[in-house]
Amino acid sequence: MDERLKRVAEIAEEHHCAGANLIAIMQEIQSEFKYLSEQDLTLVAEKLGISTAKVYSVATFYENFSLEPKGKHIIKVCAGTACHVRKSGPIYDAIHDYLELKGKSKTSADGLFTLETVACLGACGLAPVMTIDGEVHAKMTPESAVELLKEIRAKESAE
Amino acid sequence: MRKTKLTRDSFHVFRANARNAYKQSEQRPSVLICAGTGCIAGGAMKIFENIKSECESRGLDVYVGLKHDTPEEKSLHIKMSGCHGFCEMGPLVHIEPMGIMYIHVKPEDCHEILEKTVLGGEIIDRLVYHLDGVAYPKQEDIPFYKGQHRVVLENCGRMDAEDIEEYVAKGGYAAFEKALFEMSDEEICKTIIDSGLRGRGGGGFPAGRKWDGARKQKTEQKYIVCNGDEGDPGAFMDRSIMEGNPHSVLEGMMIAGRAVGSDTGYIYVRAEYPLAVSRLKTAIEKAEKCGLLGDNIMGTDFSFHIHVNKGAGAFVCGEGSALTASIEGNRGMPRVKPPRTIEHGLWAAPTVLNNVETFANVSNIILNGAEWYHNLGTKSSPGTKAFALTGNVVNTGLIEVPMGTTIREVVFDIGGGIPNGKKFKAVQIGGPSGGCCCASEEHLNLPLDFDSLKSIGAMIGSGGLVVMDEDTCMVETARFFMEFTQKESCGKCVPCREGTKRMLEILNRIVNNEGCLEDLDLLEELSETITSTALCGLGQSACKPVQSTLKYFREEYLRHVVDHHCPICNKEKPHPVIDAEKCKGCGKCRKNCPMEAIEGTVKNPHTIDPKKCINCGACVGNCPFGAITAAEEG
Repeated sequence: MDERLKRVAEIAEEHHCAGANLIAIMQEIQSEFKYLSEQDLTLVAEKLGISTAKVYSVATFYENFSLEPKGKHIIKVCAGTACHVRKSGPIYDAIHDYLELKGKSKTSADGLFTLETVACLGACGLAPVMTIDGEVHAKMTPESAVELLKEIRAKESAE
Repeated sequence: MRKTKLTRDSFHVFRANARNAYKQSEQRPSVLICAGTGCIAGGAMKIFENIKSECESRGLDVYVGLKHDTPEEKSLHIKMSGCHGFCEMGPLVHIEPMGIMYIHVKPEDCHEILEKTVLGGEIIDRLVYHLDGVAYPKQEDIPFYKGQHRVVLENCGRMDAEDIEEYVAKGGYAAFEKALFEMSDEEICKTIIDSGLRGRGGGGFPAGRKWDGARKQKTEQKYIVCNGDEGDPGAFMDRSIMEGNPHSVLEGMMIAGRAVGSDTGYIYVRAEYPLAVSRLKTAIEKAEKCGLLGDNIMGTDFSFHIHVNKGAGAFVCGEGSALTASIEGNRGMPRVKPPRTIEHGLWAAPTVLNNVETFANVSNIILNGAEWYHNLGTKSSPGTKAFALTGNVVNTGLIEVPMGTTIREVVFDIGGGIPNGKKFKAVQIGGPSGGCCCASEEHLNLPLDFDSLKSIGAMIGSGGLVVMDEDTCMVETARFFMEFTQKESCGKCVPCREGTKRMLEILNRIVNNEGCLEDLDLLEELSETITSTALCGLGQSACKPVQSTLKYFREEYLRHVVDHHCPICNKEKPHPVIDAEKCKGCGKCRKNCPMEAIEGTVKNPHTIDPKKCINCGACVGNCPFGAITAAEEG
């Protein structure tokens, strides 16, 4: 068994392999590995003694779970009402263009960024907001958003 | 089993000590840095670090040589508070006991604040809130706070959210103690019924009746569930309460547990609120350590445990039966009711499910009595309500006002009106399940309470108030909400799954100026069908934004479907132009223009008057020479 699956098994055991903890287990796996692989889900189902179909059904129901690998940095643009009213749409579009995302793809070709929207972050007083790897950036404009990404990209290529 | 060692007497000792410590700390200068999500995003942690490190490094100096000269410096107190609600002005820093509030504080201001204000007692004018040329150094004088009446939010931002001693010193857990020793389960329920407390999550169902219903169930295992899945975009009252005063939520749940006969509580918090999750977990740990949570609390036969569950991003989980399904580890899909949650809730056991704000109200009602609560607010909707005031308004933030305060008072007195000299257009209340009210006198004077809002087709929802100015297209707004609901529909029942999808298609068509007049009838018909046939609250209220905008802003829809040009959405859109070289002057475009916007004589190049043109595109399609270029979306 590879390292990843070993850790997945551990997480399941830490939650007593209880069916009620399925969501919590998947959340923990995702926070460590950024997405849920097919093997992860099969193993969780086995550990919890429930069908893979059931695990899959829960994993696909909730917005937060991703079954695909994500980029190194995760950008979330708030799509809440207050941000929408204060024009968050153009920010998303600007980032989308900057990352040259095509079709349904959400991750940039270099695997550095994944662009998502998020339902209200509850920081409406600072609208429009976006988060990069969980850190909230307030009162964004399309220009300042792209500027932030450029900085990260520059830092990454310097390393 | 872990028995708690705390007795009633030792609780009193604990409280007396906490009070003493608090009283002493009150004498000392203290710096409170707002550590809510909003201010943290603005750099509050950096400010906290700066002030702390400066105090520490200078504190060492003090200890070495200056000890007697500046005693106040040694006893300096820095705390991290919860959200003050004035997020727009963040990061906020309070200096007690002077009661000074600074706004937009930057890390480089820290030294000056310590030096001048904390030690020197001098006010730094640059950091004080100004309005119309008047400086407001004290929080309570600022118009934004003046019009408010804070009960639930009273301590949010005024105390250290992670400090149980401070909560106890300020009278925390006294209501729980009263409920535990001096009241029967029936009396607690009666007090809550008499207070008229209605569920703050949107439905407005009387909380006391819920409790009493669950109390009467003859089942051994019952559950208390707190709904912190505040999914409405534009609402963050519950987040602020969980972050700023987590113990008030725990206490409310414990009192409910005592009233109903339950020993286990769950708090379901949405995953987007990581700070709320960690604050609640810390609060539970501290309460357990004190012995306020656990088995046989204060030597009685009452035991209570609270667990925190993190949501995974599904709006529908705010619905009761979907929420309990999610706690059980299933897909969060609502089920048909009845049986109701109080009979058949979490793990099929009787369950009391209330919202964060509802639980946060409980301890005050138990301590001050039902009558006190009834004196606040209106007859049918007693108490206060927290609202998140956002959008195009000068002061955005968290407010708490007595029920029955008018929309005008909230938007113009507390909110300070519309920024940049724009005109007020609408307030959207209650998120995707609520409606819009317009700028008419009738609506502006409408009291904010459960029943008045229902009468105009809106609802209080969880309390998000999004103000919109003249630059907001209401059709686009309705489309935005429909997109949200459509995305969040769980897919269980056909009316919601299919209906919202069709509604969104129509709205997209209308927004793109491709709709027709019949579409409006279709929207109305679909709305009625979905509202009356959907399974849960999400579907039943999904059409409210469309219905209310159709009712109050019909002319905006007409601009999209009749004129095919919305002055707001298409403001930047360039008008078509005629290429003079290609135009042969046939006049076909002129004859087809519905607005008579094209001028020109036969065989001479024609021109379009942009003032009259509505971008209908009729000329573009009619030109036999391809001389007119279609306007592109600006």
